[in-house]
Amino acid sequence: MSTPVLQIENVSKRFGQTLANDNISLSLDKGEIVALLGENGAGKTTLMSILFGHYVPDSGRVMVDGQELPAGRPRAAIRAGIGMVHQHFALAPNLTVLENVTTGTESLWSPRSRRREARAKLLAISERFGLKVDPDARLGDLSVGEQQRVEILKALYNEARILVLDEPTAVLTQIEAERLFATLKDMAAQGLSLIFISHKLDEVMSTADRIVVLRGGRHVAERRASETSKPELAELMVGRAVSRPVREPSDPGDVVLEAAAVTVRIGGVDRLKAVDFRLRAGEVLGIIGVSGNGQAALAQLLSGTAAMASGDLLLFGQPVDALSVKDAVTAGIGRIPEDRNKDGAIGEMAIWENAILERLSSFSRHGLVDRQAGMAFAQTIIDTFDVRGGSPASRIRLLSGGNMQKLILGRNLIDRPRILIAAQPARGLDEGAVAAVHERILDARRQGTAVLLISEDLDEVMALADRIQAIVGGRLSPPIPAQEASTRRLGLMMAGEWEGETAHAV
Amino acid sequence: MSAVFDIIASAGLWAAVLRIATPLILGTLGALLCERAGVLNLGIEGIMTFGAMIGWLAVYNGADLWTGFLVAALAGGLFGLLHAGLTVTLGLSQHVSGLGVTLFASSFSYYVFRLLVPVAGTPPTITPFQPIHIPGLSDLPFLGQAVFSQTPPTYAAILIALALAYLVFRTPLGLAIRMTGENPHAAEAQGINPMVVRYGAVIAGSALMGMAGAFLTLSAFNSFFPTMVQGRGWICIALVVFASWRPQRALLGALLFAFFDGFQLRLQTVLGGVVPYQLFLMIPYVLSIAALAVMARRARVPQALMQPYRRGER
Repeated sequence: MSTPVLQIENVSKRFGQTLANDNISLSLDKGEIVALLGENGAGKTTLMSILFGHYVPDSGRVMVDGQELPAGRPRAAIRAGIGMVHQHFALAPNLTVLENVTTGTESLWSPRSRRREARAKLLAISERFGLKVDPDARLGDLSVGEQQRVEILKALYNEARILVLDEPTAVLTQIEAERLFATLKDMAAQGLSLIFISHKLDEVMSTADRIVVLRGGRHVAERRASETSKPELAELMVGRAVSRPVREPSDPGDVVLEAAAVTVRIGGVDRLKAVDFRLRAGEVLGIIGVSGNGQAALAQLLSGTAAMASGDLLLFGQPVDALSVKDAVTAGIGRIPEDRNKDGAIGEMAIWENAILERLSSFSRHGLVDRQAGMAFAQTIIDTFDVRGGSPASRIRLLSGGNMQKLILGRNLIDRPRILIAAQPARGLDEGAVAAVHERILDARRQGTAVLLISEDLDEVMALADRIQAIVGGRLSPPIPAQEASTRRLGLMMAGEWEGETAHAV
Repeated sequence: MSAVFDIIASAGLWAAVLRIATPLILGTLGALLCERAGVLNLGIEGIMTFGAMIGWLAVYNGADLWTGFLVAALAGGLFGLLHAGLTVTLGLSQHVSGLGVTLFASSFSYYVFRLLVPVAGTPPTITPFQPIHIPGLSDLPFLGQAVFSQTPPTYAAILIALALAYLVFRTPLGLAIRMTGENPHAAEAQGINPMVVRYGAVIAGSALMGMAGAFLTLSAFNSFFPTMVQGRGWICIALVVFASWRPQRALLGALLFAFFDGFQLRLQTVLGGVVPYQLFLMIPYVLSIAALAVMARRARVPQALMQPYRRGER
């Protein structure tokens, strides 16, 4: 057997009290794709940061082609042929693609940038791997998928032979993700070696040759993709058998929210075009679609942050002209925003402050905030909804994504809202947290809350929703009952193929 | 109206514009270099004052004029080192540190001056730079007097502006500086040390600020007094925004402001009896604010400006 391209030997790294990596070993062959599977906090990113020289390990070593790599030296890692594609792109939006790619690739004391050569090299690489970009485009003008392409090109431009991708699909739409994995396979076929970090079982199974599972900082298992299954991986990753909850049949109640030919215009563009839907108490209505098709406008309309241009909106049978945020809160509409860090929570403020923000008036006495009551309220949410990793007084930024989402859910559900608008509620969460969030949503449904679930995850919608409508280009398809939904049919609906079916059925 | 035209048509105005612009060019370039690497340097006003004082003092004590400039640049660099230490290594607020440097450097200048220069009725003077005669060019009609009758530092400032434009946009080092100001994490990921880049840019930029101050005492005037910088540093900070962080536009911006300033000075002498002169003093500032409002709306601010960089943290 030939020497592996990359060997990580017995690496350990401790941060304060936590052992982020505990004696982990890993090897990678030429032309191989290895998936590093694990939940958030399993130590995947730490391990890759050690590989790339961002962190110095407490013990252990990294070898490339049998040569030991000096620890803590990103430059040495780049020179040895390791390229890193970060989850949060390391790119500058104000610079051009070419500038982003070539930064640091020439001697800083060279009197002139060799732009023509650089452009030719970049175009040659993008041709070879089918990664099309315009070298002179301003990076900030590109889509997220294109920006990721630049990030990959940057590594390839540095002659990377080992490519590490940190949760590459976290920010991509399903179509972009599929395209990315096709590219990765092509790259492996051309002799590159790849490691990608993920907690998504589907993509790991479909793309990787070999899967290494990390849990709690330890290497717990290694499987060939052909010899394992999703349930086995899920169990290895979480440490116990997990299954996503599934909705049981129910009897929906009255219609609580009804939209008839509603159009929403934001920035002069019609983001929602004459959409119709009816939402009943005790049911989940799933809105499936590739993101960017009007979901944001729909969520904003129902949260009271966007106005209707035309159409009728009936809330509990009463027509509403303009819904304000305050109206939405008073009416008992709970909201889980799509971007929890931007719209769902204020990172630098305490958990208790975040918990009471939208009900401030019930937590004030004589014009002052009642801290004690606020803290107690936050503690109740923390206990009831199993939020881990923080006390009411700690900053919410310090919570993991899953726990922050549980807190936001709890903040909404604790008052038994009559309507819940959940936009991409499980996005970016690991398997355990997804199950917890889904369980809570189904709980709410059982108790009679009407849930509008906006999602681009087919599995999620099929598991939770009673009825499903697709959103495409700001228009909504007629609903279909969940038992008639299949991946294929939903896929067609998401592509806009519903014309010809009986409109306004159900 | 013809009075206004006469002013604009006079070679004297244009000669004054170049003279007034020189310290603004140097100061703006200095502030621009710091900001391109992501560090706002509000120490500029104090650093210019100190540069004016120390450059003058060196010459007063027998050094030649260029050595005076060099001393001012080195002193500016030292204050840059202080500002970089506070903002880059310690990650303190760049506003607060910069204002601190300005207060400290201004007072310190006066203190050193008082300590080393005997109190006298009239301030002591040196022999400043004289306009140089460029064979051929200086003898041209109009242009010779308007453009080619400056002291050497003015030509140097223009050359530095062009050199800095080349550095920022045409060399790998310039790209590294820009990347550090846009996204230091990305710079680090490409093997560039953002801390080192920021230190270098702040020190070099502050050296330019020191030279901007020295121009006042070594070329524009011949003596030092503590209030002589008169807010020019703040103008430079605004000119950086006006210039959209581009050295060649910084040159234009400085010339534009200097034009307004030279123009109002001459307008005062023509219309001074009719309108209070304070009104004329406002003209360059009012016009600059208007120009800033137009230009700055389209400017792309370096994304990491005023954000301290800490390794391994996002």
